[in-house]
Amino acid sequence: MKIAIASGKGGTGKTTLSTNLAVYLAEQHHVVLTDLDVEEPNSGLFIHGRQTHGQDMFKLIPNWDKAACFLCGKCQEVCSFHAVMKLGSMVMVFPELCHSCHACSELCPAQALPMQAVKMGELRQYQAGKLDFIESRLDVGQEQAVPLIAQSLEFVDKNFASTCIKLYDAPPGTSCPVIKATQDADLVILITEPTPFGLHDLKLAIETMREMQKAFVVVVNRFGIGNDEVLRYCEAENIQVLAKLPNDRHIAELYSRGELIYPHIPEFAAQLRLIGDFITNHQGGHL
Amino acid sequence: MKEIVVISGKGGTGKTSLTASFAMLGGKNLVVADCDVDAADMHLLLQPVVKTEEDFHSGYVAVIDKEMCVDCGECAAVCRFEAISLVENHYTVSALNCEGCGYCARICPVGAIAMEEQNVGKLYVSDTKANNIMVHARLRSGADNSGKLVARAKKEAMQIARKTGKEFVIVDGSPGIGCPVVSSLSGADFVVLVTEPTVSGLHDLKRVYELVNRFRIAAGCIINKADLNADIATQIKAYLRENNIILISDLPYDEAFTAAMTMGQTIVEYDAGKLAELLSASWNMILQIITKEQQ
Repeated sequence: MKIAIASGKGGTGKTTLSTNLAVYLAEQHHVVLTDLDVEEPNSGLFIHGRQTHGQDMFKLIPNWDKAACFLCGKCQEVCSFHAVMKLGSMVMVFPELCHSCHACSELCPAQALPMQAVKMGELRQYQAGKLDFIESRLDVGQEQAVPLIAQSLEFVDKNFASTCIKLYDAPPGTSCPVIKATQDADLVILITEPTPFGLHDLKLAIETMREMQKAFVVVVNRFGIGNDEVLRYCEAENIQVLAKLPNDRHIAELYSRGELIYPHIPEFAAQLRLIGDFITNHQGGHL
Repeated sequence: MKEIVVISGKGGTGKTSLTASFAMLGGKNLVVADCDVDAADMHLLLQPVVKTEEDFHSGYVAVIDKEMCVDCGECAAVCRFEAISLVENHYTVSALNCEGCGYCARICPVGAIAMEEQNVGKLYVSDTKANNIMVHARLRSGADNSGKLVARAKKEAMQIARKTGKEFVIVDGSPGIGCPVVSSLSGADFVVLVTEPTVSGLHDLKRVYELVNRFRIAAGCIINKADLNADIATQIKAYLRENNIILISDLPYDEAFTAAMTMGQTIVEYDAGKLAELLSASWNMILQIITKEQQ
């Protein structure tokens, strides 16, 4: 079973929920947590395990072979992203604009633009008891998160059986990185806070999930601040609110130090159990 | 005219609440641009009255003409994004996966694939209650190309500022370090980094500053919720000193941020006391720094 934890608005508690839920579920089940917020991966600050694997991650970028090129300009013509340009007697490749579609490389009549692997980030795997934790980290300066997210998902699919519980800590927002991170999930947990910003961005996230025809539920974090508009909205829309994680300065302090919350705050643990039960009850079944 | 960009790496550090407060304090001297186009929230605080709106087109999506298609599958074979697959025996494009590269359209032997320009969102120019002009955008959910929408919103804000003789453009950026953030940094004169003293806040600050530093843009930092963890606040300050980042201010952990937001107000409207004073001092310091840079 694959469960993505997403939010729309940043800073609503994706990482808090992902890490606490992963460690809690791993008390009894084989869990794989993957941090797909590759631009700013934070789950690793809360999970302490033994590193079992590490690899560089690459994307393919065309590399100009001057000797083979006869400057026909086909590459520039076929590139929709202005990533390949013929300037005078040179062909220039702009890697940060390239989407790795291979069109220039494969349509070049002289085969003068072979694709070459370029490092875009790193993937590391850690183990802590029944929890496997995968962290993918985009190199600073790389602009596109989607290729690294896609390859990380492939890595998890290849290396772990479908019987384990796979949790994905998704990036914030509603654009392409979030689509990629939630696309394969059987269930998306949208975490929000009961504030006007939280509600506004939750609505956008729900719109996106509905377009993708995803099963989703809502978890309200920092319950007690703001107002009850989020709950009223979910009720009106018939959306299940799975849990309400309490607002407490003590929780913020634990988080600030990189500690898990549920071992220290019984009220948080009780709400986390509701989410855990929901997942284990649906494991292997339909949502 | 100077462009100030507010970013944070980590989401939820208070970026938008602070930027909206600065917009209140700067009043008619500035144009404000909400460039967190995935999750644009500033309008909830500044309550803009929309003056003009336009559709924003960017990128393409492949569309297969079912009548012309001979189901040879060459399109699916060249697509690197798994965007074309057989659905009920016919090749079909998943618009969500399509990157718009156009490779399939180029090689289709019967010319059955057209690349259609996508409407990815809307761009608005509005008047705010703070007497500033505000440029904001709304990305259609699930749309690609948020970096281009950021660039477009910024360009619009700069043009308005130039035309109307404003001194500043203040930009509320996106979380992360990817294409929308890179877009928001291009051409900036000063970056305000908003962080919080948590392990994540510090971690994300370092990554986003590494990016800022590549653009060689001067930066200052506001530590929000500074009293939440004194140790990490000290570590953040040490990091700022090592990297010549100016500490603009320490703000306390204060639920007034949420209370103000709940009332649709900026913090400087909601709280006339200590917090408002700190924000006002922060804004004055930012102005001082960028005017000094000008000389």
